[in-house]
Amino acid sequence: MTISMDAGELLRLYEQMLVIRGTEKAAHDLFLAGLVKGTTHLAAGHEAVAVGASAALRPDDYVFATYRGHHHAMARGASPAECLAELMSKATGVCKAKGGSMHLTKASAGMLGSYAIVGAHLPMAAGAAWSARLRGSGQVAVAFFGDGATNIGAFHEALNLASVWSLPVLFICENNLYMEYTPIGSVTAADHPAADRAGGYRLPAEVIDGNDVVVVADAVARAAERARAGGGPTVLEAMTYRHFGHSRTDPATYRPADEVQQWLSRDPLDVARGRLAAMGVPAADIDAASERAGAEVAAAVSAARAADGADPAEALTDVWADGGHQWRT
Amino acid sequence: MADLITYRDAVAEGLAREMRRDSAVVCLGEDIGAAGGVFKTTVGLLAEFGPERVRDTPISEQAIVGMAMGAAMTGMRPVAEIMFSDFLACCWDYLANEIPKMRYMTGGQVTIPLVVRTANGGGLGFGAQHSQAVENWALAIPGLKVIAPSTPADVVGLLAAAIRSDDPVVFFEHKGLMAGRGAAPPPEHIVALGQAAIVRPGTDVTVVALAATVPLALAAADELAADGVSAEVIDLRCLVPLDMATVLASVGRTSRLLIVEENPYQGGWGGTVASIVADEGFESLDAPIRRLAAECVPLPFADALEDEVIPTTAKVTAALRRLLDY
Repeated sequence: MTISMDAGELLRLYEQMLVIRGTEKAAHDLFLAGLVKGTTHLAAGHEAVAVGASAALRPDDYVFATYRGHHHAMARGASPAECLAELMSKATGVCKAKGGSMHLTKASAGMLGSYAIVGAHLPMAAGAAWSARLRGSGQVAVAFFGDGATNIGAFHEALNLASVWSLPVLFICENNLYMEYTPIGSVTAADHPAADRAGGYRLPAEVIDGNDVVVVADAVARAAERARAGGGPTVLEAMTYRHFGHSRTDPATYRPADEVQQWLSRDPLDVARGRLAAMGVPAADIDAASERAGAEVAAAVSAARAADGADPAEALTDVWADGGHQWRT
Repeated sequence: MADLITYRDAVAEGLAREMRRDSAVVCLGEDIGAAGGVFKTTVGLLAEFGPERVRDTPISEQAIVGMAMGAAMTGMRPVAEIMFSDFLACCWDYLANEIPKMRYMTGGQVTIPLVVRTANGGGLGFGAQHSQAVENWALAIPGLKVIAPSTPADVVGLLAAAIRSDDPVVFFEHKGLMAGRGAAPPPEHIVALGQAAIVRPGTDVTVVALAATVPLALAAADELAADGVSAEVIDLRCLVPLDMATVLASVGRTSRLLIVEENPYQGGWGGTVASIVADEGFESLDAPIRRLAAECVPLPFADALEDEVIPTTAKVTAALRRLLDY
C-alpha cells in the first residue's frame, strides 16, 4: 500500500474535517439553545470517512448517505451555512428547510441524498452505477451506511445484484460499533458485519481504520480505480466511533467508559494532526488551518441565525417536476 | 376492419416504441428478458434492445425498484417490473418513503422519471396473494402518479406518457384484460395523463370505472339500454392525476353516480371520488352516490367464491337498477 498524499493535500483535508467537527458542535449547541427542532444524528468522530473518501472521488461521482450524513454533505460541497440553515428551518437551508437534518442533499455536487430508512439507498447507489455504465460516463457511485444497515434486506439485495452486474459502486460501511443503542456484535452473526458478508457475494472487502483520513482516501482510491476499470464493486468497512450518542436524545451511557476513552484518544483530527507533524508541517501552519476553520464555522452560524425562516408557500411546491402539487382537476 | 392487438402485446409494443425513441429508456425485472415476462408483456424486447437495456433481475423487489430510482436520478428513464402488484409490498419502502418524497424533501433538487409496471387485479383464481387490485395503495401517497388502462390502445398511449413524464408513475396492468383485444393504436399514439375517457355517452346515470371494471360497466350499460336506460360510462384511466372535471360535468348532466371499484370498499379509490362529488357536485345529485367495490375480505381462490367478492356485470346491473329506482 502506497500513501501518496502530500502535506498540502493533507492539510486541506484536516481543515475540512475541522470545519465539519465545528459545524457538528454548533448543531449540538444550537439544538440545546432551542434553535434546531426535531432531531439530529451527529457525525462528529466520523469525519475522516467522508473527507477521505471524497478526496479520492471525482467531482462528478455520486454519493448516497444516511440520516447521519452531515459530514458527507459538507465533504461533497454543501456549505456549513446552508446545512445549519436547513437544521434551523431557514429559507436558505440546503433543501429549503423541507428535508431537515436527516435528508441533507446537494445534488449539484453529486451528493444525491441522505436517507432515513436504513439501507434503502444501497440499491439506489447500485442503480446510479448502472446508469453511469449505460452512459459510459466513467463515474462511480458510493453508498455510505452504518453497521446497522448490514442486517436489513436491501443491503443484501444490493450487494448481490451489484456483484452479478459488476457495477461501478462502492459500499462503505461506517462501523461505529453500535446500531442505535445496541452493540452491533450482539445482534449480528459476523465479526465484521459488512466485510465478512462481502465474500458471500463474491465481492472483495477491506476493514480499514476509519479514523485515519489518509488510509480512507487510499482505500477508496483503489476501490474507485478498480470500479472504473470494470472490476466491479468493493466493500469497505471503516472502523470509527461516534463522539455523541445515536441521536439528540441519546447520552450514550451504554458505552463503557474505557471504550469511549480509547476511541477518543484516536480522534481522527488528532490522527491527521500527528501525520502532519510527522511530515514536517510547521505547527504555525496547522494552527492557521484551525483558525480558518473556526472562523468559517462562526460565520456559518451567524449567517444561518440571520437568515429568514422558511417561506410557508414552499410547503406546496416541489411535489411534481412542474414544481407544483396538483393531483386532480 | 381495423387491426387488433391484445392488451399484453400492447404492453410490449408500448415499451418498444419508447425504447426506440429514447436510449435512456431501460427495463429491469424478474423474467422480463429471455422469458419475455411471465405475462408475456415484454416479448421481443431483449432481442431488439439487448441485455444491458433489458435486464433480468433476481427475486429482489427492493433492488429492482431501488436501482430504478438511482438510475432515474442520474439520467435514465427506467421501467421496472414488479411481477404481481401484491409484491409491491416487498418494496413498498421505495414507493411510500423514497421515490415520491425525494424531490420534495430536497427542495426540488432531484428528478425521478421512472415507471413501475405491475400486473394487478383478480378474476383469474390466483388466490389472495396474487390477485389484489391495489391502485388504492398508491393513491394514498402524495408524489406518485397512478395509471390503470383498460384498453390496448390506452396501454400504449398511457405508457408513452408515463415514460416521458418527469414524475414517478405506477402503471397497473390488469391480469384479467391481458388476453383481450382492441384496436391497435396508430404510430406516435400518446394519451395525456389525467384525462378520463367517456367510453359510452349517456344521460340517465354516470358510471365511473377503472381498468377491469370498465368492461363490466359497459356490459351493464348495454343490458340496461334494452330497458331504455341511458348510462354514461367513464374510464378514469388515471387515479393521479384524477380527472374530476370530467366526472363532475357528467354528474351535472345525469344527476346520478355509481362508482365501480375492484379494490375493497374499505379505503378504496371510489371513496375519494365520492367525497369530491359530495363536496363539489352535491347540488347536481338526485340520489345518493353509490359505490360498488369488493367485499372487505382477502380474495378467495375458487371462482364461485371470488365472484362473490369482486364486482361482476350482474352486480353492476343490479346496483344501477337500485340507483335508478331511488
